[in-house]
Amino acid sequence: MKIPMARSAKALAIGAAAACTVVIAVRAAAPAAGPALVPAQSEIAFVSHQMGVPIDGAFRRFDAQVQFDPKAPQKGRFLIDVDVTSVSLPTSDAMEEVVKPAWFNSANFPHAQFVSTAIKPIDRNHYEIAGRVTIKGLSQDVVVPVAITQTGNVTVAAGEVVLHRLAFAIGDGEWKDTSVVADNVEVKFHLALTGIAPL
Amino acid sequence: MAETFKPLASPGEPVKRYTDVAIALHWILALSLLGAFCVGLYMADLKLSPTRVRLFNWHKWAGISIFALSALRLAWRLTHRPPAEPASLARWQKRASSIVHLLLYLLFFLIPLAGWAYSSAAGFPVVWFGIIPLPDFVPVNKELAANLADVHAALAFTLAGLVTLHVAGALQHRFILKDTIVQRMLPGRRPGVDSKRHA
Repeated sequence: MKIPMARSAKALAIGAAAACTVVIAVRAAAPAAGPALVPAQSEIAFVSHQMGVPIDGAFRRFDAQVQFDPKAPQKGRFLIDVDVTSVSLPTSDAMEEVVKPAWFNSANFPHAQFVSTAIKPIDRNHYEIAGRVTIKGLSQDVVVPVAITQTGNVTVAAGEVVLHRLAFAIGDGEWKDTSVVADNVEVKFHLALTGIAPL
Repeated sequence: MAETFKPLASPGEPVKRYTDVAIALHWILALSLLGAFCVGLYMADLKLSPTRVRLFNWHKWAGISIFALSALRLAWRLTHRPPAEPASLARWQKRASSIVHLLLYLLFFLIPLAGWAYSSAAGFPVVWFGIIPLPDFVPVNKELAANLADVHAALAFTLAGLVTLHVAGALQHRFILKDTIVQRMLPGRRPGVDSKRHA
């Protein structure tokens, strides 16, 4: 069936208007632009070791501010902010203990941060992100190997880094003994982000 | 009473003992069980501290060692007939002794298993001597952990009761009945073998 010219032009105009409205609406909803964390699909977990026994822990609340253009990865920037009070451990004993001054002292230091300083691309999906970790007011420089993958509009940045708890005075005083709690803590992260351009 | 007393062996005849392996396992396990029981009692209500972590892990390592040695001991016991009991022993005494021994063996296995399961359910896999990770055969579950802790403790107190019976019986034979039944399990020289060597 032949559609009259005028009608199709009208349809086009309505379509264009609708598209503009959608774009404006999206812009309005996310005025800051740039990538955003999808908390429900993200995880920051860690494994500490008590006399050889792996103890699983995690942080339930954290946020990420990310600038990352796959065409110019070196210009990117990752800022991860962790709510230390959201720490989770297997037992209520451990949960009560870990917030104390000897450990996270989360009343005085409620936030831990990672701020990237340099991003080195290895290949399309792998990057070395150098940065500074600050926990309990103490900072350490780290280099984190990060794998970046995309499914649909979600980009996942995942990796693992070993942190040394004593460098941050986590487990101070009588807990300094590394034969009871090892110095090495493996931190695993899985950050789901929207708003990153295709790799 | 004195008329019915019949010594196990006529004077001068060597006492028929358990094998050296059986005697060694009996006393090593007796000391280990006593140690594990006392440490278990002491540590249960300690506040979280490096000492508590150390004691819990040592207790678990001891428990798994007791389990393994008990398996060895059971295998030895099943393949090596223990020396005969004195004919003077009443039937009910033989029955009582068999039942107590059977229950003791059962608990040598059940108590470590309950403790192991308790540890797993509490979210702490057992790593034997901090080196060998043992499998978890129950899921991590707080309620299950609390129940298993109760079972572990109840069985341990049952064992303590049976050991008290066992020791009371031994003391009665040694100091009241004055027969040689206890000598079968005492470490010492073997007149038949050692007297020749020392001659």
